[in-house]
Amino acid sequence: MTAYSDIQVDTPYNGVQLIRLNRPDAHNALRTALLGELATALAAAAEDKRVRAVVITGSEKVFAAGADIKEMAALDAVGLWKDQRPQHWQTIRSFSKPLIASVNGYCLGGGMELAMHADMIIAGEDARFGQPEINLGIIPGAGGTQRLVRSVGKALAMKLVLSGEFINAREALAAGLVAEVTQPELTLKRATALAETIASKSPIALRLAKEAILASYETPLSQGLELERKAFLFLATTQDRQEGIDAFLEKRPPQFTGQ
Amino acid sequence: MSYNNILFQVESGIATLTLNRPDSLNSFTSEMHSEIRQALKQVKQDATIRCLLLTGAGRGFCAGQDLNDRAVAPGEAMPDLSQSIKQNYNPLVRALMTLDKPVICAVNGVAAGAGANIALACDIVLAARSANFIQGFSKIGLIPDSGGTWTLPRLAGRARAMGMAMLSGKLSAEQAEQWGLIWQAVDDEKLLDEANSLAAHLATQPTKGLALTKRAINAAGGNSLDQQLDLECDLQYIAGCSHDYREGVNAFVGKRKPEFKGE
Repeated sequence: MTAYSDIQVDTPYNGVQLIRLNRPDAHNALRTALLGELATALAAAAEDKRVRAVVITGSEKVFAAGADIKEMAALDAVGLWKDQRPQHWQTIRSFSKPLIASVNGYCLGGGMELAMHADMIIAGEDARFGQPEINLGIIPGAGGTQRLVRSVGKALAMKLVLSGEFINAREALAAGLVAEVTQPELTLKRATALAETIASKSPIALRLAKEAILASYETPLSQGLELERKAFLFLATTQDRQEGIDAFLEKRPPQFTGQ
Repeated sequence: MSYNNILFQVESGIATLTLNRPDSLNSFTSEMHSEIRQALKQVKQDATIRCLLLTGAGRGFCAGQDLNDRAVAPGEAMPDLSQSIKQNYNPLVRALMTLDKPVICAVNGVAAGAGANIALACDIVLAARSANFIQGFSKIGLIPDSGGTWTLPRLAGRARAMGMAMLSGKLSAEQAEQWGLIWQAVDDEKLLDEANSLAAHLATQPTKGLALTKRAINAAGGNSLDQQLDLECDLQYIAGCSHDYREGVNAFVGKRKPEFKGE
């Protein structure tokens, strides 16, 4: 087992891998080392057959309050050019299994960008979302401007990025940024339960479903529909499809193997 | 921490916050607000504090905003009242309403303007029989703030809320009790004893359960029955995981007095 210092990675349970951001003294600021550990942990989870879904969370008070400003201050343009961070983000972005972010408290800047890398966000009533980079004379640098506009639309994306003001969990739900809002004490429980539900589905169908949905951001509708059709056809060759349909007709729970 | 405008004392699980500008009927100034914020932050963070008691020094509870801070001379630019609401009153009302511990208010004398509405934002309000609640805002062309327009119709119903807000008359403690604005009117000389013994009681009760109860009741105003039933389901789950639930059931079954920790 890899030893981590900035994150805590539990043993998978019921198909779900829980990853906690664990820098309590720094409000889980996403320094490069933390991002690197996260990328390593997700790469491992991608290979681990026991893992069918991943939940990523922070503490009860904060998901992640942003990037590590002190670390960033030390980098000039050349330093940024050689920065490892974009590679780490790339690894996180290409994680192919379902990824759920369970968010309590502050979810700001890089923290919000990380949450938006997840396939869905479950937020506690106490969650606060924002991209306050503008207050520092910088802008979101890990997809914030791009993902935000796609999930909440131009008006709210502009407001958040240009003013640095925060929104609460209810506003985030109304805007389509988060999938569900829960009582703060139940956020992780709900996210984990949802992950377990997802983990009980066919891994191969999950993977293709995720790919197809993510492709909708990259392609025109006609290509997206074609991709969806091909994925649909491909699934017809799998044992899991047969098992899923048989189980439905025989009124029993399916046993998916990922074959 | 020493304060100039409030008295703040923590003892036996009870935090007592006394508004302490008796010469001005404890009216709010920016400095007093900032001291209250500081004290409430401690109440929120200190898990050994399991009840907050709010009261006033001298003959009044609180006369609301100190208007000397705000006199408008002819020809002068109009003040932006939203600034002090945003910075002082709204955070105070939110802090009291969302504090996850019971808040008792002992209204020892006149409670006017924001003073009345801050009192009504507390969970259990006791008032001295000689105390009055005065909205007052309409007499100077303002609206009831500090949650008044939210609280009054919920506590007293629309007709009485409108009457109180538009006419700005005095409402006696007994009338307030009859109308359901407050929990109890108490003889003047007994007010502090009653409030203290209530605080002493609540400070030994299942604080977590009380906090969840408060959360549910405060949410009810904005929820449909369906939403509220779901919320009750979630909160009961959380309450059922608490130490105090286990202790309460064990004590009941074992026919002994429970010892709650508030967790």
